[in-house]
Amino acid sequence: MVLKIFFPQCCNRADSGLLVGRWISSQDSAVVLAVIHYPFIPGHVKQYIQQMQAKSGVELSVLGSWSLPKDGQEGMESFLRDLSTIFPQERWLQINREVGKMGFTCQVLQRDQNGRVVQRETKKKNEKVDEGAGEAGGDEEEQEEEKVIFVHYEQRKVMLSQLHPIENGVPDPKTAPPSELRQMFQTVANSQPLFFLDRYDDGPLKSTHWQTEGREASIIVELLKQALIPLCMLIGWLLSVWTWVCNIRIFSLYPLRFLSSKLSTCIQLSYRTEHMRLLSSPKPAAGHMQFMRKANIVVSFLVDVALGMLLIWWLYRDNHITMLANMLVPAADHVAKELDELLQWLMGAPAGLKMNRALDQVLGRFFLYHIHLWISYIHLMSPFIEGILWYGGLSACLGLTFALSLLSDMVALLTFHIYCFYVYGARLYCLKIYGLSSLWRLFRGKKWNVLRQRVDSCSYDLDQLFIGTLLFTVLLFLLPTTALYYLVFTLLRLVVVLFQGVLHLSVDFINSFPLFAMGLRITKPYRLAEGVKFRVLCEEPGTALHLLMEINPLKCSAVVQTYRTLTYSCYPKDSWAALVKKLFVGELIYPWRHKTTKTD
Amino acid sequence: MMEDESFTDINGKSISLDCQSHSSLCSEFIVSVPKVSIGKVMVYTCCVWLLAYAVFFFTENTAVLSSAIFITLVGMMLHIHFVKVDHESLLVIGSLGIQVSSSYASGRETTTFIEMSKIKDIVINEAIYMHQIIYYLCVLLKEPSDPDAVSSVVPLFQSSKPRLNCLVKVYKSCQEIISKC
Repeated sequence: MVLKIFFPQCCNRADSGLLVGRWISSQDSAVVLAVIHYPFIPGHVKQYIQQMQAKSGVELSVLGSWSLPKDGQEGMESFLRDLSTIFPQERWLQINREVGKMGFTCQVLQRDQNGRVVQRETKKKNEKVDEGAGEAGGDEEEQEEEKVIFVHYEQRKVMLSQLHPIENGVPDPKTAPPSELRQMFQTVANSQPLFFLDRYDDGPLKSTHWQTEGREASIIVELLKQALIPLCMLIGWLLSVWTWVCNIRIFSLYPLRFLSSKLSTCIQLSYRTEHMRLLSSPKPAAGHMQFMRKANIVVSFLVDVALGMLLIWWLYRDNHITMLANMLVPAADHVAKELDELLQWLMGAPAGLKMNRALDQVLGRFFLYHIHLWISYIHLMSPFIEGILWYGGLSACLGLTFALSLLSDMVALLTFHIYCFYVYGARLYCLKIYGLSSLWRLFRGKKWNVLRQRVDSCSYDLDQLFIGTLLFTVLLFLLPTTALYYLVFTLLRLVVVLFQGVLHLSVDFINSFPLFAMGLRITKPYRLAEGVKFRVLCEEPGTALHLLMEINPLKCSAVVQTYRTLTYSCYPKDSWAALVKKLFVGELIYPWRHKTTKTD
Repeated sequence: MMEDESFTDINGKSISLDCQSHSSLCSEFIVSVPKVSIGKVMVYTCCVWLLAYAVFFFTENTAVLSSAIFITLVGMMLHIHFVKVDHESLLVIGSLGIQVSSSYASGRETTTFIEMSKIKDIVINEAIYMHQIIYYLCVLLKEPSDPDAVSSVVPLFQSSKPRLNCLVKVYKSCQEIISKC
C-alpha cells in the first residue's frame, strides 16, 4: 500500500505542533490543512476541530504531529508518541524536520484492535535537497511494504481553483465516487473557515496555514455589495414597468408581433431584458456556473456600453451625423444609377448573349419602374434622414450591440428594393423550374403521384402531350432570360445578406463572449483548472518521492466553450450545400435569426 | 538511476530514450527528437525566397519580397511553437497516476494528468499508418459506469513514434510500477 500525504507548502517551516487535516480513507491519502502549535490544551483543540467541522462540513481530524525542533528542545520522541493516545486515530503520522539539515523523518503508527499502539512503519531520513521552492527530499530505507508519497501543494491556489469539468449537485450513485483529486480539491476549498484564524490573534490556539493578506480590501467589497442592493431594486422596478409596457395588448396584434420578431433591434432588446432580469434578482448565485454566467453578463454589458459610448463620442463630436446623412442620399442615387445601367445592359445583349427580346424588355421596364419608385421615396424621406440618424445614434448609449442591430435594420429597410427585385426574380425563376420539371416528366410519359409521394408512369392523350411539349419548349427557351435576371439580383441580395450576417455575427460575439472567464484565465490561470500536473522535486536515487503539485490551467478554447453565454444563434441554419441547392431551385434565403433555436 | 539510449523512430531517424527512475514508485521516460537541422531551414527559406524573387521579377512589386520575409518568419515561429516537438515525456507515479507531457521547440508545454482510478491498463497496440503497420503505446481508460469496458484510448509518444524495441522497454517498466500498487 502507498500512503499519499498532501502537504501544504506554507507549513514547510511551521513550528512544531499537531497536523490537522482529513483522511480520504477510500484512497489511502491524507490532506494536511494546518498545523496547530504548542503549547495547547487538548480539550481546546478537540473543541476547535468540532467547531470547524460544523462550519465547513469537512470531516476534520488530527492526523499526527509535526516537529521542527528549535535549539534545546530534545527528547520529544516519547511526548509525541503519547500525543497519539490523546487523539485516538486509526493511524498516527509523525513527521519530523530538523533545522540544521532541514531533514524529514516520517513515522506511521498504526493502532490495532487491542488499542495497542504498534509502530511498524517506515522510518525515513530525508536529506535536504533544496529544489528552488525550498522543498525537502526524502531518503527511504526500503524494508517496509508501506511507502509514503509527499505531494506538496499551494494551499491558496488549490482553495481558489475550480476543477473542470464541473460536477455540481448530488453525485450520481450509479457512477463511481468522485476521484481522489476532486475530493482533495473539495476538502481544501470547503475548509475555508479553518483559514480565518489569524496568526496574530490572541486566542488559546495558534496555527499555521494559508491566510489572506487582503482583509481590508474585502471591506470595500462588502460596502459595494450593500450599495448595489438599491441599484438592483431600481433595475428590477424599471424592468417590471418595461415588461408591463411590452405586455400591453396592442403589441401582441399580428402585424406588430411579426415585425418585432424580424427586427434585430427588438430581439436584442428582449435579450438584454432577460439578462437584466437575471442580474437584478436578489438571490445570490447558486454554484460556480451561475456565478460565472452573471459575471460574464455584467462584464460584457459594461464593455458593450463602453464601446457604445465611444461610438457616440465619435458620432456627435464633429457633426459626423450630418456628414453621414448628407452622404446617404447621393449614395442611394449612385446605387440607383448603377442599377439603372445594369438593367440597360441586361436589356441589350449582356455578355454577347442573345435573349428573348420581348420578355427581356418587359422585365427590364418593370424593374426600372421599381427603381424610379424607390428613388422618389428616398428623396421624399431625405429631410427626415438626419433626424432619424440623430435619434437612432442615441440608442448606442444602451450599447454597441443596439447600434449595430439598428444599423442592420436600417440596411434592411434601405435595400428593400433589392429584396423586392430578388423576390420577383426568384419567384419567376422558381415557377419556371417547377413548370419545366413537371413538363419534363410529361415529356417522358410520367407524372408525380401526390398520394404516394413518388413518380408513376401515366398514359397521356395526344392533345395533352402536344400542349405539354409546346409549353415545355416555350419555357425552356425563355429560361435563360429569367435565369439571367435571377442571377444578377441574387448576387446583389447575397451582398446585402452577407453584410447583415457580419453585423449579426459581431452582435452575437459581443453578447456571448465570456469576457470575465477569459480575463480570469489570463490574470489568474489557477482559478480555472483543467487538472493538475506533477513535478518530481527529489532527483537523488533511492529517495522517497516528493512531488510538487501544480495546477494545469484550462485551455482558452475550452474556456470559451464552457462559459459562452446562451444566445439566440444567428449562424446560418443551412449547410453550404443546402444553401447552393436553395439558390439553384429559387427558394428565398433570409439572414433573419430564428428565435426558436436557442443553442448553448 | 538514469540511462540514456538511442533508438530509431518508424522512419529510421534516431531518437533518444531517457529513463529516470526517481524511486521504486515513480519513473519518467523522456523521448527526445533530434533538433531541426540548419540545412532543412536553409532549403525551405531559399525555396520561399527564390519563388518570391521569381514573382518579383515579373511583377516588379517590392511588396512580394517583404511579404516573403514576413511569411518565412511567421512560418518558422508557428512551426516551432505548434508543430516541432522537442521531447515527449511520460511520468508514471504508482497509485497516483500517469502524466503525459510534450514540450515544443519554443518551450511551450502541454501536460495532461490521468488519475490511476481512471486507468484500466497500458498496452502496446498495432495500427495501420499510411502504407505501413506501426506499434504504439497507449493508455486504456475505464468506462465510469462499467469498470470492465474501455471508454477511450490515449496514445503516447504521438509525435516521436518510436519503434517497438523502445516501446517494449517503456512498457515493461510501466507495468512493473502499475502492478505494484
